[in-house]
Amino acid sequence: MKLVERFKQSKCVITCEVGPPKGIEIEKVIDELVPLQNKVDAFNVTDLQSSVMRVGSLATCRLLKDRGLEPIMQLTCRDRNRLALQSDVLSAAVLGIENLLCLTGDHPTLGDHPQAMPVFDLDSVQLLLAVKALMDGKDMAGNDLEGRRPQFCLGAVVNPGADPLEPQIIKMQKKAEAGAQFFQTQSVYEVDKFANFMEKVKHVKVPVMAGLVFLKSPAMAKFMNANVAGIHVPDAIINELAGVEKEKRVEKSLEISARLIKELKGLCQGIHIMSLGWERHISTVLEMADL
Amino acid sequence: MLYTENKPMDEILDCLGDEQNIFLLACNGCADVCETGGEKALSAIKAELEKAGKNVTSTLLVDFLCNKMLVATRLAREMDKLKRADSILAMTCGVGVQAVSKVVDKVVHPAANTVSLGGLQGLWPSDERCQACGDCALDYTGGICPITFCAKSLLNGPCGGAQDGKCEVDSEKDCGWQLIYERLEKLGRLENLQKAYKPRDHSKMLPAESLRKTSFYDLEK
Repeated sequence: MKLVERFKQSKCVITCEVGPPKGIEIEKVIDELVPLQNKVDAFNVTDLQSSVMRVGSLATCRLLKDRGLEPIMQLTCRDRNRLALQSDVLSAAVLGIENLLCLTGDHPTLGDHPQAMPVFDLDSVQLLLAVKALMDGKDMAGNDLEGRRPQFCLGAVVNPGADPLEPQIIKMQKKAEAGAQFFQTQSVYEVDKFANFMEKVKHVKVPVMAGLVFLKSPAMAKFMNANVAGIHVPDAIINELAGVEKEKRVEKSLEISARLIKELKGLCQGIHIMSLGWERHISTVLEMADL
Repeated sequence: MLYTENKPMDEILDCLGDEQNIFLLACNGCADVCETGGEKALSAIKAELEKAGKNVTSTLLVDFLCNKMLVATRLAREMDKLKRADSILAMTCGVGVQAVSKVVDKVVHPAANTVSLGGLQGLWPSDERCQACGDCALDYTGGICPITFCAKSLLNGPCGGAQDGKCEVDSEKDCGWQLIYERLEKLGRLENLQKAYKPRDHSKMLPAESLRKTSFYDLEK
């Protein structure tokens, strides 16, 4: 089902992120997600996240679908030119994938193959426009597609913590005009700032899902503060997590996540969880957040 | 030397939009060889602008527009005329456009595309770099090149990976899109960013071999 249908049901839409493995043993990754079938609306499968080589998004999406889970295929411009991107979009349609999240992608120098050629033939806005054109039966060169047209629900991303924020918002509006039907955000830990962001993007009439990375430790929070653009975990949260004994840390972390979700869900149209290996805890957090 | 070709007049007029008073600035270095700059081309473009109803407030020929010091000194003498102009049309390579943009707070429109035939700008070992992409975007970005200043050569705004104004690839490098944003804000041209910019035409990076048979390159044979 296209994610856009879920928003129409005016509920808080839940998605979570799936990172395919580096290696071919994918069964256990998927087994862990199957119990979430009725709690999570769709699963974002990352496209070589952080520019680290691994199993691809398209194959993983199809395997999820085979197990009754709704996939969102992430598609980045990092390592494919417009020929490969358009072809993969058609391949996704052929394999029954209905949701596409279009991103620019991280630079290869940030990943495990820094020697790789950065492609970026298109950027995220141009990719959305290219997919939209395919949905209208034309490729980027203006050639007609044969037969029935591919149909997707298109998504995009925005970083509400970016500084300055204004260029992000201009680009967000461009993405909406280019066909994005929902937005997922970078992880949010400051509810007030997020509320302010939502106020500033009122004119972009597209559903927004607040992102949340589960904080596994105070060190992880500090690392993200120093290294991840637009993420800021306030000291209060870091101290709260650091203040409990190590054995109670997981419990505390889940409590913090559930509290943030409760506060964020009223401000936007959905929550996007990035559990980074803590898939087994998603269900508990959602219950704690009354979802 | 950098090889340049004139942008089509329609594209130039589209860039100028409602601006009436144009300061016409031409390079007398490489661009003179390519006939995109120099005295003859300057008169020709002036005539075309006037035919299109524009008022050319001033014309100026500078030996090497890529030489920022020289440009700044020459333009300082023209300050009054510059103030009266709505914008500058620069008949030069991508480096020249960027050098002019760096020294004056005025909108600078490129009149030419820089073609990928290798070579170096005339004189100045400056920060302003041109990849000779053959489809100059400096008009839309306020005279700062998104192809060379952004690690991903993005054409539609920042990627979201910059931190404290620095690039995700190199924390010592400024985020090109932040510079472009600040520049357009200063020029009052942020609306430029609202339209989706077209994908690059990479075939322009593979120019015809016949282009090498220009007078300059003939000397090599």
